[in-house]
Amino acid sequence: MSGNETPELSPVLAAVLEGLGDTVLAWHSQHGDDTILIQPADRATVAAYLKDTESLAFDMLMDSTAVDYEDEEPRFEIVDHFFSTKKHHRLRLKCRVPEDKPNAPSLTPLYGSANWMERETYDMYGVVFDDHPDLRRILLYPEFVGYPLRKDYDKLHEQPLFESRYEGVRETDEKLHPRVGVELPIHGTEVPR
Amino acid sequence: MSVLTKSPEAFQPSYGYTFGGELVELPGDIRMHRIYPEGEDTDLSSRTVINIGPSHPAMHGTVRMVVELDGETIVGVDVIPGYLHRGFEKECEAHTYHQAIPYTDRLNYCSPLINNFAWCGTVEKLFGAEVPERCQLIRTYMSELSRITDHLTAMGAGLMELGALTPFLYMVEVRDWMWEHICHVTGARLTQSYGRIGGLARDVTDEWLDRNTEIFEKHLIPKLKQVHALVDHNRIFIDRMRGVGIVSQEDLISYGVTGPCLRAAGVGLDCRTYAPYDAYDRVSFDVPIGKYGDNYDRYFVRMREIEESMKICRQLDPMIRATNGAPIHAEDARMVLPPKKEVYSNIEALMNHFKLIMEGPRPPKGEAYHAVEGANGELGFYLVSDGTGMPYKARCRPPSFVNMGAIHLMLLGSQVADIVPIFGQINMIGGECDR
Repeated sequence: MSGNETPELSPVLAAVLEGLGDTVLAWHSQHGDDTILIQPADRATVAAYLKDTESLAFDMLMDSTAVDYEDEEPRFEIVDHFFSTKKHHRLRLKCRVPEDKPNAPSLTPLYGSANWMERETYDMYGVVFDDHPDLRRILLYPEFVGYPLRKDYDKLHEQPLFESRYEGVRETDEKLHPRVGVELPIHGTEVPR
Repeated sequence: MSVLTKSPEAFQPSYGYTFGGELVELPGDIRMHRIYPEGEDTDLSSRTVINIGPSHPAMHGTVRMVVELDGETIVGVDVIPGYLHRGFEKECEAHTYHQAIPYTDRLNYCSPLINNFAWCGTVEKLFGAEVPERCQLIRTYMSELSRITDHLTAMGAGLMELGALTPFLYMVEVRDWMWEHICHVTGARLTQSYGRIGGLARDVTDEWLDRNTEIFEKHLIPKLKQVHALVDHNRIFIDRMRGVGIVSQEDLISYGVTGPCLRAAGVGLDCRTYAPYDAYDRVSFDVPIGKYGDNYDRYFVRMREIEESMKICRQLDPMIRATNGAPIHAEDARMVLPPKKEVYSNIEALMNHFKLIMEGPRPPKGEAYHAVEGANGELGFYLVSDGTGMPYKARCRPPSFVNMGAIHLMLLGSQVADIVPIFGQINMIGGECDR
């Protein structure tokens, strides 16, 4: 993870390290991909710095996802790939959030593409992005229980049946699994309706 | 470049709406982006909310849109993808790097070869390995064939949705000639699974290349001419396409839009030119860009890209012939299967084969992101390896999904009938958008 052994810094990484100083916890350029690790609280400010600094000009958020390191602490790693349409260089930005408080600032005020990609990360991993205007599930349905790309979500796990959303406004109070009668996990029901 | 009946600017101000900041919540987990008419008297009573899709032909059967209409103008929209979600990333994490290759076919099923090579390229990057020259040349050649078939499908279907059935038949006929011919090498028309980690499934022959050139000359070029003649100057076509779905360059970049949709707005951004992979540094081609970023430009950029792809193939043709007989696999026992003759006669090769099949190729611990220019934009894979034969994390950066994230900008203020051409020119492929 730390991997600060690369002797030669790439120009992008050198500029980033000089500008951000102690904000960067670790960095590496494995396989030529420049990567920095920061605290989750700094995610938005660092992204704003990367976007607004003229020599870096990272104006496109190419990709945003997360990785679940099940046995490590903090558990989730948010991985953002930035790209500069002017300079044609890239940077990977990573930060770790713990399982009990998986919160990080959203990048939606800076990049439009963050909207859908952070929704997907929330959908798949349950990572919560503060100040996201529209944080609901995107690829899965609102009644989905759990977060499927977490390593502790079994691939063969089946989802409970649920009542139709559209037959009147009847909300079910049923907290029990309709078929096997076990209690549903709490985190599945926190999705705002 | 094209015929203009009206300037695109003439279309935009007449809508006279401004953006509202907050999203509007509706029952059924709907949250809408909404625009409001300019002026004091905001009368919302005449607005109608309708649901389009997912089982609607114009939504390609995979996307649902809830739109709010004022007359026929779209003033609110919520785009709901996910109806084709099959857990691509979860499945990849439960299979070896080799076994995941057929899954990549099913991302963008109009251009499966590009997906194959992107996946293989990412795994090779994790290994720090390079493929031999002939493999690079064939990969580039095949990628361009895939790009042509993808654009043919997209434009054919897009035109058909506007009522122009003839171009669809022309283009799909050519596409079928090409798929049939690709099938002679890959063994499958649609899900081709032709890439291998460190190489290719099979080699191509000179006769195969001959026939490909023949398909270009006899089928593709005449049919493209006919399509251009049918629609380029067509009054109905221009009225439906010109000035529809305009988004500014800044918004497109902010929303991460890449590929023909971005280039149509005049940003000449192409992965093949600024970061050439495979053999793209050995060929010369133009990157077509549009002027206004409307649907007509998106159509034209794609049509021009077909010609550029043919240009690349023509340059690669003699290069591939010159390397005839050269290896198509990297000499790397960590990821490439040994030749069958060795497997049956040599115990080390047999063990190597067994380990690669049962456990999968095992890249060193680390992470890599590798991007290629897909038919719809930047297609990237982000892989994390924990040293075993299965990826610890497999992420596909899907161009269709990201492009769809910006579609509300194109739809708001347009007419309800404009949904069809806008959606057609975005060319969302369900398999890739929803994975």
